[in-house]
Amino acid sequence: MKKRYAMAMDTRRCVGCNACVIACKTENALHTGGFRDWIVQEVSGTFPSLQMEIRSERCNHCSDAPCVGACPTGASHVAEGGVVMVNKQKCTGCKACIASCAYGARYVHEDGFVDKCTFCLHRVQKGKQPACVETCPTRSLTFGDLADPESPVTRLVRTRRFKVLQPETGNEPNLYFLS
Amino acid sequence: MTEIDVARHSNQIDPVLHIWGWEIPVYLFLGGMAAGAMILSSLLALRRGERSPTARWLTLAAPLLVSVGMGALFLDLAHKLYVWRFYLAFRWTSPMSWGAWILVVVYPVTLLFAAASLDEAQVARASGFLGRLGLGKLPALLRGLAAGRERALAWAHLGTGAGLGIYTGILLSTLGARALWGSALLGPLFLVSGLSTGAALFLLFPVKEEERHYLVRWDMLAIGLEVLLLVLVIVGLSTGGAAGQEAVGLILGGRFTAQFWTLVVIGGLVAPVLLETLEARFHYRVTAVAPLLVLVGGFALRWILVAAGQVA
Repeated sequence: MKKRYAMAMDTRRCVGCNACVIACKTENALHTGGFRDWIVQEVSGTFPSLQMEIRSERCNHCSDAPCVGACPTGASHVAEGGVVMVNKQKCTGCKACIASCAYGARYVHEDGFVDKCTFCLHRVQKGKQPACVETCPTRSLTFGDLADPESPVTRLVRTRRFKVLQPETGNEPNLYFLS
Repeated sequence: MTEIDVARHSNQIDPVLHIWGWEIPVYLFLGGMAAGAMILSSLLALRRGERSPTARWLTLAAPLLVSVGMGALFLDLAHKLYVWRFYLAFRWTSPMSWGAWILVVVYPVTLLFAAASLDEAQVARASGFLGRLGLGKLPALLRGLAAGRERALAWAHLGTGAGLGIYTGILLSTLGARALWGSALLGPLFLVSGLSTGAALFLLFPVKEEERHYLVRWDMLAIGLEVLLLVLVIVGLSTGGAAGQEAVGLILGGRFTAQFWTLVVIGGLVAPVLLETLEARFHYRVTAVAPLLVLVGGFALRWILVAAGQVA
């Protein structure tokens, strides 16, 4: 069975502590101002009946990724488990992928190439969890293989109510926000 | 009410970390103008009768404009040393890849066409100039290659020009994440806008009176089509989904409204048509004002679309 890596993010557990952001920055040695994941706090309603949702967001590793199609050199590609990766040896920094991404998941690294979340594939291949998942103190993040019916992420998506961001893009994002 | 607080630097929120700056609109403008110049100089060549020496020299406009535009494109690259990677791959889904390869096709086609178009005296002058760079034999060599194929070359030149013009619009319209660029009509819109800026460029040079009339007619036709396509783009976006309505709101009351209506619509489309009509009907003295306005309008159109598209 072909692997399909995905992440479930429990918005009811997350407190927005930014530990995932710092863990990612440390693990991947990102430069000042470069972030592969980030926290979004969305407050809606009218005072005093307000509600807040906190999300830890990153690349959605879309099954139909427009960034991969927009890349002129093949630097953006789909790797093992459907993970969208950038080969920095091929990237010209033309930014077509940034313009094609509806989630703002990509940015220009200070060395010139375009950088983004890799689902920590280098860790996953060694049987470890992505850095953000391992760090999360409230266990809001669950990473796994959707093709495996018994994986924790599959079970969460099967049993919990979830949404994906901007499903209207037709990109089939693989980040599931549980509520 | 919804308030969203995002804790990061983002291209979409922090304007310092924008995607494309001045380089891309400058390239789209020069590339579009080069496409217009290619189409018009092919049309001038395919007509019966002798071309003026100016019209012959103007066949060199396209490769020069494309070269400056490619310079701007190069400056935009964030990973400049890897620019050669464009030419180790062809990705049919990527308009950026199509563009990189079209630009490579433009050079041989335009240079062969120019060599076929210049007369003997002009070839001698070009050889003299290029001789200082050690390329003195190039014009004669190209002329030899082009000999006897003038008409076929003119048609190839016309087709390549049209491809270049359409591509400059398609580049934006395939990037579906930006609602303002979502219209496939941007391809033909940029093509006709390129045609009118190409005509405007030619009109700044002393071509024959009869050629001037011919170019003005093409300019008027291109501007007419441009108005029609702009209306269709605006109607298409405002009757589409919420994202399209929000995007088109940027030029219908939003922050790009003043620039769009003064520079693009009034300055770049209405005023030049009015001036050119007056010059033609009442035989007023022909000035450079109308072509210059067309050029300003063409540049403003691309500048506003690239900037507003990244805001939407």
